[in-house]
Amino acid sequence: MSAGNQADHHDAHGADGVPHGSLRGYVVGFLLSVVLTAIPFWLVMNDVLGNATLTAIVIMIFAAVQIVVHMIYFLHMNSRSEGGWTMMALIFTIIIVAIALAGSLWVMYHLNTNMMPTDMHRM
Amino acid sequence: MTSYPDWWKLLFGRFTLEAIPYHEPILIGTFAAVALGGLALVALVTRYRLWGYLWHEWFTSVDHKKIGIMYMILGVIMLLRGFADALMMRGQQAIAFGSDGYLPPHHYDQIFTAHGVIMIFFVAMPFVTGLMNYVVPLQIGARDVAFPFLNNFSFWMTVGGGVLVMASLFVGEFARTGWLAYPPLSGAAYSPGVGMDYYLWALQIAGVGTTLSGVNLIATIVKMRAPGMDIMKMPVFTWTSLCTNVLIVATFPILAATLALLTLDRYVGTNFFTNDLGGNPMMYVNLIWIWGHPEVYILILPLFGVYSEVASTFCGKRLFGYTSMVYATVVITILSYLVWLHHFFTMGSGASVNSFFGITTMIISIPTGAKMFNWLFTMYRGRIRFELPMMWLLAFMLTFVIGGMTGVMLAVPPADFVLHNSLFLIAHFHNVIIGGVVFGVFAGIAYWFPKAFGFKLDKFWGLLSFWFWVIGFYVAFMPLYVLGLMGVTRRLSRFEDPSLQIWFVIAAIGAVLILFGILCFLIQIGVSIMRRDELRDTTGDPWNGRTLEWSTSSPPPDYNFAFTPIVHDLDAWADMKKRGYRRPLGGFRPIHMPRNTGAGIIIAGLATTCGFALIWYIWWLAALTFVGVIATVIIHSFNYDRDFHIPTEAVLREENARTELLGRA
Repeated sequence: MSAGNQADHHDAHGADGVPHGSLRGYVVGFLLSVVLTAIPFWLVMNDVLGNATLTAIVIMIFAAVQIVVHMIYFLHMNSRSEGGWTMMALIFTIIIVAIALAGSLWVMYHLNTNMMPTDMHRM
Repeated sequence: MTSYPDWWKLLFGRFTLEAIPYHEPILIGTFAAVALGGLALVALVTRYRLWGYLWHEWFTSVDHKKIGIMYMILGVIMLLRGFADALMMRGQQAIAFGSDGYLPPHHYDQIFTAHGVIMIFFVAMPFVTGLMNYVVPLQIGARDVAFPFLNNFSFWMTVGGGVLVMASLFVGEFARTGWLAYPPLSGAAYSPGVGMDYYLWALQIAGVGTTLSGVNLIATIVKMRAPGMDIMKMPVFTWTSLCTNVLIVATFPILAATLALLTLDRYVGTNFFTNDLGGNPMMYVNLIWIWGHPEVYILILPLFGVYSEVASTFCGKRLFGYTSMVYATVVITILSYLVWLHHFFTMGSGASVNSFFGITTMIISIPTGAKMFNWLFTMYRGRIRFELPMMWLLAFMLTFVIGGMTGVMLAVPPADFVLHNSLFLIAHFHNVIIGGVVFGVFAGIAYWFPKAFGFKLDKFWGLLSFWFWVIGFYVAFMPLYVLGLMGVTRRLSRFEDPSLQIWFVIAAIGAVLILFGILCFLIQIGVSIMRRDELRDTTGDPWNGRTLEWSTSSPPPDYNFAFTPIVHDLDAWADMKKRGYRRPLGGFRPIHMPRNTGAGIIIAGLATTCGFALIWYIWWLAALTFVGVIATVIIHSFNYDRDFHIPTEAVLREENARTELLGRA
């Protein structure tokens, strides 16, 4: 898994295990992202679920799936590309983002509750 | 300000002649000294016709070695500025008892803000980045970093931020908010002047450089290691550099976003961090420390790497517990994201939040402690050579353990309620940053200087500098622990209780000792240059080193390695020496190299001017330079003349010269 040196810098990327996009892949990715965008619009515009909070949660889930679709079909990420480094970077990113978001929510909830007693309407 | 006509405002924004601080004798004196010194420098460079040389060989260079050296020079220059601020503060606090001292609060507040900002962003960061830039490609057997032009650009962006901070000294003012500029104090309502805007744009511009150099070094380490150097055969310094750059890439965007939100608050009237309309200043504190805590590990991790290299080289044996060292580094990298709230235990989180972050903070001392034992066991039964880098390592181990222990004290939330915001905290973080980062930088400089310049540093002046620094540190900061325990808070410009004065006087004496340490360091450089023929290193391996950088000549050729080395073992160079490695003397091929380019310095110059224009609301200039930045980037992208080949004859000439030098040794 030792990475290539400068000598093979110009070699075909396929050798490093980076998959190249195919027309089929791009079309599938495009269709999936269109569908994943259209459904949330439909949910909001026709008020299908009849509940704003529920709709918001569902849209969030669609957004998350959308991110995965982009990563697989457009960024060509899989567990093997670049000798596993891409996957590791992704896992690391997810951990850091999760820590920052969850931690901030937890911390700010506490601070808001404890330090903003005069605040009548929760922000 | 009302007397200025409209055309003036259109041309110069909110800049007025009153913004030049001619009523402050200290600043005028400083300005005169800087201006005279600058003029003398310009005159000398012109006299010896060095402009072309500087431009072609240094400013536009994409060679990681030259960029690394320029980072170190930037760090030394800014260290002088930051330390001047420190001396002024120590002087003020030593005399301001029942009197106002010599610094008005308005000026004093700018000084402590500038001191913190400069020491972290423009001293410690350039030093760390400079060491990584110089050493990492050599240690992994590469010819340059992954993106050589980006490297040059990153450097000049860092310089651009430094230039803005320095400009604030003579044009306008600097922030008066402390180095992290908490709102609402740093918001438009309470800091209406340009000082806060200098802070924001300087950090934003320098931050671009730091982030990009992080990307660059990660790509370099991941993709450009010599064949055979798998991940668990990387030198420890390269490992710690990798972790540091991962931290940089993961956290500097948070800093950029947080500062951008504050900038929006100040410039277009949003309310992210104000007290009104749903804004929450506590969110700023939360976000800035999600960046800020990893930042201190960004500073210390590479120096842990330096200490590891120094320990194994000067004890003449393999580092004890390489694997545990690597895992400790990775664990610290992850844990550094889980502790940020310990910077604001007292802001009002509940017991559950505080205990979680208190415990995670204490856990970090475990991998750090493991490292200490690794260095100790490396020394155990080693043949220790007490050269300068080794001296710094020993001083670090003693000093850092004290800083670590006071850190664990501060990590206990109930104790923190007593100690927070006091001089105890100041003593703690200077204890770890001076005792860890600064000592490590001096160890690194003494260790790699012969590699970079071909001669060793003078030992006598180095030892003098060492003792002044170490003793000066203890004299300057142990009194602050005492004062902190007595309850004295930080950032005060005058005191009423005369019984405290003696401690501040002792601290000021310590600062003067550190001043001697810095002067001795500068003299050491000068003396070494004068005695360079006696101190010459002809072997390329003056310390009997163990990693690949010592297999090259000192200084290394532009292309670093005529042939990419093949690695079989950890401590590749020690392994090669043991197996009787012979330098190849022929069979060279042309070497593919990146070409120098002026695009980096031009883009950074335009970006800095744009920042200056935004600070002073000179909108036309800001728009113009912003368009200039974009245009230069586009034009540069059409520059296809980016590389060249060093011909075989040139390589042969270089390598033959080295063979001759080695034969003479």
